[in-house]
Amino acid sequence: MTDKTMTADDVASRLSDGMTLGIGGWGSRRKPMALVRALLRAEITDLTIVSYGGPDVGMLAAAGRIRRLVAPFVTLDSIPLEPHYRAAREHGTLELTEIDEAMFLWGLRAAASRLPFLPVRAGLGSDVMRVNPGLRTVTSPYEDGETFVAMPALRLDAALVHVNRADRRGNGQYLGPDPYFDDLFCEAADTAYVSCERIVDTAELTKEATPQTLLIKRHTVTGVIEAPYGAHFTSCAPDYGRDEAVQREYATTPWPEFAERYLKDGRTA
Amino acid sequence: MTATRAEYCVIACAEAWRGAGEILASPMGLIPSVGARLARLTFAPDLLLTDGEAMLVRPDGTVEGWLPYRQHLTLVTGGRRHVMMGASQIDRFGNQNISCVGEWARPRRQLLGVRGAPVNTLNNPTSYWIPRHSRRVFVERVDMVCGVGYDHAAGARYHHIPRVVSDLGVFDFATPDRSMRLASLHPGVSVEEVREATGFALTVPDEVPYTRDPSPGELRLIREEIDPENTRAREVDR
Repeated sequence: MTDKTMTADDVASRLSDGMTLGIGGWGSRRKPMALVRALLRAEITDLTIVSYGGPDVGMLAAAGRIRRLVAPFVTLDSIPLEPHYRAAREHGTLELTEIDEAMFLWGLRAAASRLPFLPVRAGLGSDVMRVNPGLRTVTSPYEDGETFVAMPALRLDAALVHVNRADRRGNGQYLGPDPYFDDLFCEAADTAYVSCERIVDTAELTKEATPQTLLIKRHTVTGVIEAPYGAHFTSCAPDYGRDEAVQREYATTPWPEFAERYLKDGRTA
Repeated sequence: MTATRAEYCVIACAEAWRGAGEILASPMGLIPSVGARLARLTFAPDLLLTDGEAMLVRPDGTVEGWLPYRQHLTLVTGGRRHVMMGASQIDRFGNQNISCVGEWARPRRQLLGVRGAPVNTLNNPTSYWIPRHSRRVFVERVDMVCGVGYDHAAGARYHHIPRVVSDLGVFDFATPDRSMRLASLHPGVSVEEVREATGFALTVPDEVPYTRDPSPGELRLIREEIDPENTRAREVDR
């Protein structure tokens, strides 16, 4: 019985400069913010971040930790444009691999299945091809002969995700309406760290919830971190919604000032 | 009852889903959302609608299905969907940009990113909604092709841009070279006004119809049932 519990700072101590990190959630929804804070405190840098981007990307960009971002968008949802990400792009301080939402998903699927690529009907005809000159195409070997983008696997050194509940061995449960892609991030990664609102006994997981809520399997998980409000200020339904007031404060406060308060314990007041 | 410009826009958006059958309507923006629900409640009763998150819902909010992002993206590739997206820029052949303004390598203004525009335009009908028709949006050439236009769609077997709706009129690509054409004017708008607000040469037929009037029943649905709080006026306040 492997007990995989650890702290957010333990996670950061296992990560290093130059790694490729996948961050779960979507936009400003169920982002593993407690883990992102630990990453920011640890001063790990030169990262390649793979994310359906939200404030995770904004903060890491503001702190200058991102060498390359792989993303189809960065948004705070209720605030459409992420201010720190915008500033980083407009000042040219990060490299960007801009791909479509489906290309991104197919890339995770390829990585999870140990395939070098998967064909996807997306990207052709768009400037995604112009800004990613390394992308290749593949032609169907069957009689249709259609040409597709050969989306390369998005293999990750580590995945960081946040869910509602988990047991000590790494079985992760989501209780909200959308699993996003957190299981795929874990499957696509060499190591995966799952923070959760509450660690519970394994038997507790299905006491009141259906087995379909058991999103993340323990064989894909390296570490489990109990982090109440660990997605705050992003949403973590049904435990809590997005904290719009704090998100607004984040979006309108210069990063060094916000970071000083926020990085200690996630509190902003 | 006299309809407002916003209500003509609702009708013009709703008409995008006429005859669509049992597919997902994905409206982005307030007026397209009102339009999709109007279509669902009247002439397109088989449409599927989401709550904007992971639930498929009836117009009264009753949950009838589950569509998390992963299934939504799979549904896109299956083609059973007609999305109406926004556009920060759109050009003569229907190329759309929501990624950035200026040079991509170091943009003057970073926007959202390509999002799902590349996959949408290659897989299911994609229409556009532009609440403020201007030369800043209707440009000769977009800075970053996110949604694929007709001049980039060779070999794209499922590519189709049924319509572009703005606060001035409805546009389509029913021309020999698949460039943009004025399909109807909202009442009160002149051809001159549209030309003035468009940054490229628009095809204008000899006879341009007006966007159809909402029926009294449709106006009642819009005002009393679908959008009693008049969110549509936040996008078009005329």
